[in-house]
Amino acid sequence: MSTDLRVAIVDDHAMFRTGVRSEIASAVDVVAEAEDVDGAVRVIEDLAPDVVLLDVHMPGGGGLEVIRRVYPRYGDTKFLALSVSDAAEDVIGIIRAGARGYVTKNISGSELIDAITRVAAGDAVFSPRLAGFVLDAFAGTIEVAQVDEDLDRLTEREREVMRLIARGYAYKEVAKELFISIKTVETHVSSVLRKLQLSSRHELTRWASDRRLI
Amino acid sequence: MAVRIAFVVTSWWNGAGVIAYLLLWRFMPLAEPELTPGLESATRRGLRTEGRAPTREIVQGLAVAAAGLGVLIFLQASGHGVSGPILVPVLVGLVGVAVIWRQFDDASLSRWMRQTSGLAFAARIAVGVVLVGFAVVYVVTQDRGWGAVVDLAAAVGAALIGVGLILGPWLYKLLRDLDTERRERVRSQERADVAAHLHDSVLQTLALLQKNPGDAAQVATLARRQERELRSWLYGTDNTIGDRFAASIRAAAVDVESTHQVPIEAVVVGDAPMDPDVAALVRAAREAMVNAAKHAGVDRVDVYAETDGRTADVFVRDRGVGFDPELIAEDRMGVRGSIVGRVERHGGVARIRSAPGEGTEVALTVPLRDAPLRQDERVPEETES
Repeated sequence: MSTDLRVAIVDDHAMFRTGVRSEIASAVDVVAEAEDVDGAVRVIEDLAPDVVLLDVHMPGGGGLEVIRRVYPRYGDTKFLALSVSDAAEDVIGIIRAGARGYVTKNISGSELIDAITRVAAGDAVFSPRLAGFVLDAFAGTIEVAQVDEDLDRLTEREREVMRLIARGYAYKEVAKELFISIKTVETHVSSVLRKLQLSSRHELTRWASDRRLI
Repeated sequence: MAVRIAFVVTSWWNGAGVIAYLLLWRFMPLAEPELTPGLESATRRGLRTEGRAPTREIVQGLAVAAAGLGVLIFLQASGHGVSGPILVPVLVGLVGVAVIWRQFDDASLSRWMRQTSGLAFAARIAVGVVLVGFAVVYVVTQDRGWGAVVDLAAAVGAALIGVGLILGPWLYKLLRDLDTERRERVRSQERADVAAHLHDSVLQTLALLQKNPGDAAQVATLARRQERELRSWLYGTDNTIGDRFAASIRAAAVDVESTHQVPIEAVVVGDAPMDPDVAALVRAAREAMVNAAKHAGVDRVDVYAETDGRTADVFVRDRGVGFDPELIAEDRMGVRGSIVGRVERHGGVARIRSAPGEGTEVALTVPLRDAPLRQDERVPEETES
């Protein structure tokens, strides 16, 4: 099922890049690899890949810095964060900067290909762990007076979708469970992503640092 | 507290205390929160981008400046203020001191501040020194003209040279020794920590891996457990110790995973203190995980636990062979007794959804004791058999 998706792998561990490349090479076109922020920016500027697999921690400021430097100019390039660190603060940070999804490095090859395809199509990719972070971040009761936008909270439906994803349901299974179409599930997930990126909710920025104190 | 009282007392003296307090509050370095070793090292090596809040910084600065200005104007207007000729140099001197102190300010500007050499640093020090010098010169020249500056400068210069000649080499050596010693101590402590940790964890696992190279499942489990352990040490997210709900669920997942060699992904949202009900919920969830790992025939089990302050819920899900819940034999203790019965005895609900070939999901809920409505209905403690 070779598609014409052009993918760049950005990670500072050569061994990991090789592993990912061999896992996804059958399905997508790996056009470049980079091992630090400057290299990644160069690759994106020169080749404008469709999807960039981005490590969270990297020399030069990490994946966040890469997105900050190229995101405004390369709106067509999608970013998928691929990390082992799992520090909630960094994951939410990279999503808020513009990445369209987050998966952990122990993801299987076929799941990764699926995630790349979905991100390339403009959808969001939420792993159970990211869904958990999101529920955590939007948890707690806010008084109605403090809610200045819809951006500051999830709708009941969005919360349900997030909860099912956190429970390990694939989009297809979520759709079946809630009696809605897959397209609707994707819409809900994209809208959660948008809220995560645009919300100025005070708690959201505070949350990450507070969480470390638990 | 004593410091605050001192500020209150000094504020009688032309409001100096108020101004000093504001300035110190703004410009004293903040204590930085301690990060886990992995995050700290990643920060040090520039692998992550630190959060900055420049707008907030500027607004805060402006607010302090405005407040300071207000206090100043008030004092001047009320006639208690400092007389004009002194006020100007004092203000200039304060700005100079502020510029120098700003070097040692909080984390938000740390990237810039970390340059303790280079042009920006030198420029800032120079600007600060010039401003302070200007203020001193201004005050001194007030009554005696420029001649006083020369006299003073000569006296101070001579004294400094003298002291420098006498104490210089000794001071230099002392400072260098101190610095070297401190660096050495920190480095050796860090090295000892890392070595001890690597020995306890990674080396043991590597040894085990070498002993069982043929057993793929065993190797995978060991690698995974080591990964999780190392990650939680480095980044501190998956803390598996403690007697709270989230930690116990994670601990149960790790435990089942290493016993039955099936990866278990545990996602936990929220946390609650342990009580007998929650403990029963965790034990039932653990049993459900064991069932999934043993009977489902899958390579991954998903566990999701959440609590919203009123109830605690756990979902254990696999995509394995499944079974028909109607057909569980009455004597199958695993499901009936250890999962459903256990949760129900604690006022909770257990639902099992499964069909042959469809996978299984066990959903468990118990009400929390601290929740507002459940205070009176205490359930007798369960006796473990």
